[in-house]
Amino acid sequence: MATLSLKDVRKSYGRTEVVHGVSIDVADGEFVVIVGPSGCGKSTLLRMVAGLEEISAGLIEIGGKVVNRLEPRARDIAMVFQNYALYPHMSVFDNMAYGLRIAGIRGEDLKARVAKAAAMLDLAALLDRKPRQLSGGQRQRVAMGRALVRNPAVFLFDEPLSNLDAKLRVSMRLQIKELQRSVGITSIYVTHDQVEAMTLADRLIVMNAGVAEQIDTPMALYTRPANIFVAGFIGSPAMNMIVGEVGGARRGVVLNGGREIALPKTKLPPAGTQIVLGIRPEHVKLATGKPDLALTVAAVETLGADALAHCRLEGDVKGRENEFVVRLPGFTRVAAGDALSLSFDKRAVHLFDRASGNRLADV
Amino acid sequence: MAEGMVGTSRRSIATGHLLLILGCVIVAFPIWYVTVASTHSLRTILNPPLPMLPGPEAYANYFDAFTGSITRIGGVSVERLLVNTTIVALGIAIGKIIISMASAYAIVFFRFPLRMACFWLIFITLMLPVEVRIMPTYKVMVDLGLIDTYAGLILPLIASATATLLFRQFFMTIPNELFEAARVDGAGPWRFFKDILLPLSATNIAALFVILFIYGWTQYLWPLLVTNSSSMNTIVIALRKMISFADADTPWNLVMVTSVLAILPPVLIVVLMQRWFVKGLVETEK
Repeated sequence: MATLSLKDVRKSYGRTEVVHGVSIDVADGEFVVIVGPSGCGKSTLLRMVAGLEEISAGLIEIGGKVVNRLEPRARDIAMVFQNYALYPHMSVFDNMAYGLRIAGIRGEDLKARVAKAAAMLDLAALLDRKPRQLSGGQRQRVAMGRALVRNPAVFLFDEPLSNLDAKLRVSMRLQIKELQRSVGITSIYVTHDQVEAMTLADRLIVMNAGVAEQIDTPMALYTRPANIFVAGFIGSPAMNMIVGEVGGARRGVVLNGGREIALPKTKLPPAGTQIVLGIRPEHVKLATGKPDLALTVAAVETLGADALAHCRLEGDVKGRENEFVVRLPGFTRVAAGDALSLSFDKRAVHLFDRASGNRLADV
Repeated sequence: MAEGMVGTSRRSIATGHLLLILGCVIVAFPIWYVTVASTHSLRTILNPPLPMLPGPEAYANYFDAFTGSITRIGGVSVERLLVNTTIVALGIAIGKIIISMASAYAIVFFRFPLRMACFWLIFITLMLPVEVRIMPTYKVMVDLGLIDTYAGLILPLIASATATLLFRQFFMTIPNELFEAARVDGAGPWRFFKDILLPLSATNIAALFVILFIYGWTQYLWPLLVTNSSSMNTIVIALRKMISFADADTPWNLVMVTSVLAILPPVLIVVLMQRWFVKGLVETEK
């Protein structure tokens, strides 16, 4: 167990920089998830912590010790790979024991440690099997066991659940969370799945194009996204974005279509500011009084508990589809072609500067 | 694969078998003929036609071969020739496997300057058969004093672009994560090679061993050049030396015995390693 700290860590291949300076202090036992679209540099960052990629600039410290130039084995880390990377010719026991054997642990001590990890992951009955005789979920657990058995200072996970089917992914997610809690090992977990990220993380790093856009708790990211990227990335379905301008007769926000939405005056930026208004599908409801927005339904997705009404919107944000999604209670009867009168939960409206994409004052 | 077959009717099965049997007969006939000839006396062989069935002289011929009446051919016993050939064939097969695995390992798993240049250098030697470089190689062997030694017989034939290429292709199918997982587990390059790569290559090695052993066993031109003393001859060379131009001087019955003895070890290798051989060609454990 140890703290982990990254100080302005950068990675470049030749002249192209792909990770543009990420800094974070991870507390002992904390579970940090790095999330972002593919190609954002999240795996590269993790592999730099592991020692599988060279660090171009910046410092990585594990337990207060700079590890920049250390080989993976000297960093006291363990890693779970996306495709598990189990040794195909070794039994489950040998797979888990390999690292320990190299570390010079033999005999009863070795057996006891493997048995303990196997018991935690419900692998005791599978110790003699070869990886090819195991199901995907079992292989995944062996990969976890191989990391766990070494009792490292830091756990690294590189999209460990992406090869599993949806149901198994949910149960493994819970299992990983429980396991991490119980052993209390500092963990870094990379995923592109924002649901996985939200449920697992103590804190999240949202990455985009090599930049850490925001580092915060899942709820803080959801309620106060720092910019348009984070706002659009966290939450499913994604936040609706409408382009507009501060002003109008009632000092609210004038949307591109000329429609005006009244917002509490106190925290609005100066009139004339070009903004993007964000509102999550779950914070829009059918208007009872005067509507904020009237739209026509293009398609409906019925999910049981909810119904998602997809509407069209004029004007858009930087190439984003000009779609406006409303999450309605499952029993609501809507169909394509219906006209909806909608009202916003004003406390859940987000305002972003249109030019910079950054969050403006809170509403 | 059933739909890929030409047909499954009774007639096409019969035709298929007929063709296969015909092929077997054509391939097997010379071997049968040699075996039969090795069981007749010289007189019978020299009076055509040669009988198609084994004769009564088998014991006498083989006894002769082993107790030395062919020692007049260079004064070397059959055992010595067989031992020589075994050492050479094993040396070539094992040496080739070690060298080509090592070079393929370096090319696939290590990043070093001129890596691709090295690969292409190895690769283009595929275009140069032994015969092309035989004179310079001979000169080198003379300078090193390796004429009439096992090293001289084995070393020049060890470097193999083909085997390197085969191992390279196989190593490239091994996921990089496996290498990284081993690194995280604390295995250095040597440990990874020994604990992971070698066991995974077992079937490939077996298949290659069979091919290379036979390649080494049947070498003719190079052993002929590099050995002067009869005691260092391989069995193929000795066979050639037993046959003199005047037909009557050649002890054909003993030539046939020696031929059979020369064929047996490669056949044994193939039969014993057949299961591994096929496994190595068709499946990979991953």
